Amino acid sequence: MTDTRRRLVLAGHGMAGQRLLEAVTDRAPGAWRITVLAEEPRPAYDRVHLTSWFSGTTAEDLSLWPAGFAAEHDIDLRLDDPVTAVDRAARTVTTRSGHTVAYDALVLATGSRPFVPPVPGHDTPGCFVYRTIEDLEAIRDRAAHTGVGTVVGGGLLGLEAAGALREMGLHTHVVEFAPRLMAVQVDEGGGAALRRRIEELGVVVHTGVGGQAVGAGADGTVDSLTLSDGRTLATGMVVFSAGVRPRDELARSCGLPVGERGGIVVDTRCRTADPHIWAVGECAQAADGRVHGLVAPAYAMAEAAAEDITGGDGAFTGYEAATKLKLLGVDVASFGDAHGTGDGALEVLYSNTRAGVYKKLVVAPDGRLLGGVLVGDAAAYDLLRPLAAAGTPPATPPEQLVLPTPEGGAAGPVTLPDEAVVCSCHNVTKGAVRAAVSEGGCADVAAVKRCTRAGTGCGSCVRMLTTLVDDELAAGGAPVTKGLCEHFAHTRAELFEIVRVKNVTTFSRLIDEHGSGGEGCDVCKPVVGSILATLNPRLGNSVHILDGEQAALQDTNDHFLANLQRNGSYSVVPRVPGGEITPEGLITIGEIARDFGLYTKITGGQRIDLFGATVDQLPLIWRRLVDAGFESGHAYGKALRTVKSCVGQTWCRYGVQDSVALAIELELRYRGLRSPHKVKAAVSGCARECAEARSKDFGVIATSAGWNLYVGGNGGMTPRHADLLLTDADHATLLRTIDRFLMFYVRTADRLERTAPWIERMEGGLEHLRAVVVDDALGICDELDALMARHTETYEDEWRATLEDPERLRRFVSFANAPGTPDPTVRFLPERGQIRPAREHEAVAAR
Amino acid sequence: MTGPLVEIAPGTGGDWRAVCAYHDLLPGRGAAVLVDGHQIALFRDRGGAVYAVGNRDPFSGAHVISRGILGSRGTAPVVVSPMYKQAFDLRTGACLDEPAAPGGEPAALPVWRVRLTPAASACAGDVAPPNGGAHRPETARS
Repeated sequence: MTDTRRRLVLAGHGMAGQRLLEAVTDRAPGAWRITVLAEEPRPAYDRVHLTSWFSGTTAEDLSLWPAGFAAEHDIDLRLDDPVTAVDRAARTVTTRSGHTVAYDALVLATGSRPFVPPVPGHDTPGCFVYRTIEDLEAIRDRAAHTGVGTVVGGGLLGLEAAGALREMGLHTHVVEFAPRLMAVQVDEGGGAALRRRIEELGVVVHTGVGGQAVGAGADGTVDSLTLSDGRTLATGMVVFSAGVRPRDELARSCGLPVGERGGIVVDTRCRTADPHIWAVGECAQAADGRVHGLVAPAYAMAEAAAEDITGGDGAFTGYEAATKLKLLGVDVASFGDAHGTGDGALEVLYSNTRAGVYKKLVVAPDGRLLGGVLVGDAAAYDLLRPLAAAGTPPATPPEQLVLPTPEGGAAGPVTLPDEAVVCSCHNVTKGAVRAAVSEGGCADVAAVKRCTRAGTGCGSCVRMLTTLVDDELAAGGAPVTKGLCEHFAHTRAELFEIVRVKNVTTFSRLIDEHGSGGEGCDVCKPVVGSILATLNPRLGNSVHILDGEQAALQDTNDHFLANLQRNGSYSVVPRVPGGEITPEGLITIGEIARDFGLYTKITGGQRIDLFGATVDQLPLIWRRLVDAGFESGHAYGKALRTVKSCVGQTWCRYGVQDSVALAIELELRYRGLRSPHKVKAAVSGCARECAEARSKDFGVIATSAGWNLYVGGNGGMTPRHADLLLTDADHATLLRTIDRFLMFYVRTADRLERTAPWIERMEGGLEHLRAVVVDDALGICDELDALMARHTETYEDEWRATLEDPERLRRFVSFANAPGTPDPTVRFLPERGQIRPAREHEAVAAR
Repeated sequence: MTGPLVEIAPGTGGDWRAVCAYHDLLPGRGAAVLVDGHQIALFRDRGGAVYAVGNRDPFSGAHVISRGILGSRGTAPVVVSPMYKQAFDLRTGACLDEPAAPGGEPAALPVWRVRLTPAASACAGDVAPPNGGAHRPETARS
């Protein structure tokens, strides 16, 4: 059977190219036989978030090439084999490996190349550009062997690169030829605010100068950069990030017109002068005469081309550049006519040099918002950019939009018109989001993302999206059931406040006075058990979770202070703070495991799990462990688990702080803290992040100047990288902030809600969290501090306390009427030199 | 130590056996007992009623039902298996969440009859509890 499909060849597989593939296969499934000829050794990936690669995001995480996409659409993707020539007459392309591929439609999506100024020595080993994952790998390798790095270019990408160098622990210079940073996006005032904030972080900024020569040391690699004002910076590497140039050489060599400053000339349908050839993204000069370097216009061009190729009627007429980024922890945003170049443009300005905040709005005489610049606080961007694009005077006076608002008083997206674009990457309007909820049946943000693609590009609009979806759901009268279970109409946070404010000391009183009465259930009992455990010192209760009525509230793991395994046996995990353990400690654990015949395994939290104990054995095992100085590891509890660490400065050649000492201190400080869900933490001694701190509920990464604190990370089923909360904090600030973060979490999170979804759900997100725990915006920090102080003062080892009390020990029998008789159904078989649980019908020799 | 004893007998009929003191049972919690090689889970709820069901969890095959959390679903007193969290009606043994265990066996716990007798004379008459398996100490003392 002959293949009747027409042939589409895509030259280049970057973000625009991948978007084109998605759009074409979506609009005309099966209509095209598609060949992709890519230069890079890997399929399309998210270049917008490239810098996150340094903080642990893997190439796989960044990939935009869904598993199965090629198979589903029968796409022939050829990596490492770019197009080298186009024969327009024959309608074929030739690749580097010499293959010839015929096309009916050819799309050029070859992107751009970093511009490297032709200064002497620009190709010395130790000079880099910043565009591909391979570039970043090379930068990382070089960073391991030098202490100083210099970025040439103080634009958007240059500052990203500078942030990455700084995160890797390098002393960092930025050299910018223009008189200010980010000259394209921000004005003089904004540039000054940005510079101040960045210099506070220890980055040295040189503006109004260029690089003049790169010097090399005896080993032939970079050791200096001479500036145009004659100064010489000692530096072990130079990263050129001085703009990009369109990759238009294919078009040039086959006679297609290109723009004066480069870029393949295309019309509004992204067609070149040849009706069989389109060009999209950074390699093209769009119908507005400009070469666009951002992802949103690249996507819009890919959509327009796909529409045209599949017989539709799309157009890309131009793009109002808008940017919002966090560079080196500083918010920077600009949109619309940021420089006020339009006729009669007026300015509304708010500048707070002390706080490093600068906000400027450009407005028309009739009050229409034309554009703006935000530095240091870009929270209003999500609202302002669509307002500027909407072209109607906003309902709120412009000055209200830039003045700092009291907590919770910021104008919400409710003031936006329906036609306002909320997701600029995918061009989704507020009206489309509302319709997805009210008519499309989407019941949460995830569904709206799937349905409209809003929020799936750069992600900066997700918070606003959440508010929109919630508002729309509420407006639609969707029942909001937030009660815990049939016994309580309250959330965990509400119950916490009831217990705290009314000093409710028992579950009985709580369910009788505030719940349905009766027995409770497996949902509300452990929740109240956890709340009481946190507040017990304050309530005057015993702090032991097995005392009195509290014993009946605990899940089986907490009830036996061990972890239930599939055959009804338990596992035991002694605490090994920071993962540091003495040879004697290891030997003791080994001896105990051997004496009780337990299976041993190293955990992911840098400790040792001992499996196969019966309930009768638990006190005997713990007697030995406690005598040897071990204490409960709370592996069984919704509580702090471990604070993992790398070996740190003491031993590691790269470490810049003592991560082990800090991890031990943190683990001992927060051990035993009961929380809505388990809490994991880590401390890394340098930016190489060997402790994987950014996957933890709280993670600390050493810098040469102090500690960076990250919060809300998660591994598991829904991985999330933690957000940066503190930069270069000193020890006291770090501890105080973690204290407050944890107590605020314990107090306000839902049942079984880890910190990651808690922060994502929080109104105002990370900024709100920062306002509460750093700036004390709610005035509760004294209380949070006091709660944590009580916790650390009243901590006792649960296992030691259990062993000291015969009443507490009574529960550790398999049978109430036959103490000393172990459960005969718990049986084991040998495997790889240890035991494993026997399945129910497996024969077992006597143990 | 005085106080009533807990006696149980198979739901299908059979002899009463004293298994533990009523005060050995913690309100809102369970305990396992061993009777002729059978493992039975006893529960005392916050109101004082006592229930007895088989200790084997049909979903995991492990004998862990006694370690589950006691609760109520509507009017049904339930124990929630600590292994995979299915709820079982303590009066009937029926699983309220799934009809059958993975191997196809019915997801139900055997139910044992319960009565309380004064510690001094562990042979008082069988007072049939009003709600199937449960027994309140108040009625036993009358």
